[in-house]
Amino acid sequence: MQIQEIQNAIVEEFSMFDDWMQRYEYMIDLGKSLPLIDEQYKTDDNIIKGCQSKVWVHAELEGDKLIFTADSDAIITKGIIAILIRAFSNQKPADIIEADTAFIDEIGLKEHLSPTRANGLVSMIKQLKLYAVAYQTQLN
Amino acid sequence: MHINLFAMIDAQKIRKDFPILSREVNGKPLVYLDNAATSQTPQQVIDVIVDYYQNYNANIHRGVHALSQEATDKYEQARIKIQKHFNADKAHEIIFTSGTTHSINIVANGFSSFLKKGDEILVSAMEHHSNIVPWQMLCQRTGAVLKVIPMNQEGELLMDSYQELLTEKTKLVFCNHISNALGTINPIEEIIEEAHQVGAAVLIDGAQAAPHIVGDMQKLDVDFYTVSAHKVCGPTGVGMLYGKEEWLNKLPPYQGGGEMIAEVTFEKTTYADLPHKFEAGTPNICGGIAFGAAIDYMNAIGFDAIASYEHELLEYATEKLLQIEGLKIYGTAKEKTSVISFNIEGLHPYDIGSILDKLGVAVRTGHHCAQPIMDFYNIPGTVRASFCFYNTKEEVDILAEGVKRAKNMLL
Ligand SMILES: Cc1ncc(COP(=O)(O)O)c(C=O)c1O
Repeated sequence: MQIQEIQNAIVEEFSMFDDWMQRYEYMIDLGKSLPLIDEQYKTDDNIIKGCQSKVWVHAELEGDKLIFTADSDAIITKGIIAILIRAFSNQKPADIIEADTAFIDEIGLKEHLSPTRANGLVSMIKQLKLYAVAYQTQLN
Repeated sequence: MHINLFAMIDAQKIRKDFPILSREVNGKPLVYLDNAATSQTPQQVIDVIVDYYQNYNANIHRGVHALSQEATDKYEQARIKIQKHFNADKAHEIIFTSGTTHSINIVANGFSSFLKKGDEILVSAMEHHSNIVPWQMLCQRTGAVLKVIPMNQEGELLMDSYQELLTEKTKLVFCNHISNALGTINPIEEIIEEAHQVGAAVLIDGAQAAPHIVGDMQKLDVDFYTVSAHKVCGPTGVGMLYGKEEWLNKLPPYQGGGEMIAEVTFEKTTYADLPHKFEAGTPNICGGIAFGAAIDYMNAIGFDAIASYEHELLEYATEKLLQIEGLKIYGTAKEKTSVISFNIEGLHPYDIGSILDKLGVAVRTGHHCAQPIMDFYNIPGTVRASFCFYNTKEEVDILAEGVKRAKNMLL
């Protein structure tokens, strides 16, 4: 699926929730259930310094697609990471570079992606795109 | 006769002074428990700010016209109010700054010219970053060495270690009056007295103390003391540096500019007298005047009443929170103010804070600009609830219920 289609699907899923409680419960479940990254990649090199929660990201090229794995020590952050990975992983670098993140706003989690919120997610998205740029040059 | 000071604070009445406290957040009534970061501003102070811009906004110390004179008078009256409040000997020992960080930097910068290689600066283990970084920079510039006064698990300074660290090499001691992350009230009388015995100067960061305790500059015999207005119901971007006259005369100016000079030629400038030597450029005039109004407001409520009310809130909140299984409080000093830093076993403070925010409860999460303390306890951060005299037991209940709810959702 294309990034945009996946994002639409996520927005649709979230539209079933009536309130923030349900959204958060869903995110927390996502955060708890997913093994997001291989332990060997949880190194200091892969850490994205957000002020409060730690975020690790690892990227690997498979064919012409970029596979992301990531993790965080905070559950809600991890839930959002799971959603971001669903949208951006296993995609072509060029598409990742182009993709926007407005869907996070639409699913009611805007505050976590505010550039002023010190949770590392904004830097994480920047990092995903940087990886995409780096691998894109490698592919060219 | 026993006076119940708790009863002397009518929080419901006081809350009416603070327009912001009646707003909603995320559809819930705001429960503002981030007072250690910034306190809210009462209408009385807001009115002073509005009055300044509506009626006598003008540059000070420069104009011959009436508005300038009026603004200058009000600004200098505010300085005197602040002097009286902190019992400084002279009004010109009060320097208006942009806040504690600025105040500390004035001293750190000035000490560059007094220190030499091998001199020592002592700082406490529970400092705010704004208290650590300027000293590290000072040490880099001068070759002086930074030493740390350790603390125990409760968050109390080890005074024996302090005495051992103090030598004739010690030139400066730094410590906060009250720790922002733990709420510990440090024994600054003792710290100051012992530092003076070896001839060291002492700077006390009073940012967290000023909303709770009135520091008496002369009685403390402290060399420097700092305050930020935004933590005492005043506006942001203004604060004070108190310095003993003899120190302020010795200290070189921090910034060059207008207002701080007596005479300027291209060959040489002579500096203005205190306090202007440290007040280069157009200051935050309105802020200074409003700072004075905030001090008036707090004094009208009364610091004794504030202290005992907040103490009761602290005890109530501590008891309520400790009923939650797995909750641990960091900072359990015998002497502490109305700050509770806590974590719940297995949970990240960010997650708890995010859910509390949805419930309308404003707390701070993270390392509170005191990373060394978090490293000491080996935690990523804490959730910090800090209480002011306008908070109520009902709000404490909402906090405790919110924490329970967050715990149930997250675990
Ligand atoms: C103990 C302490 N020192 C210094 C500061 C910095 O104050 P300001 O940001 O007003 O300069 C704070 C504020 O958070 C503080 O709590």
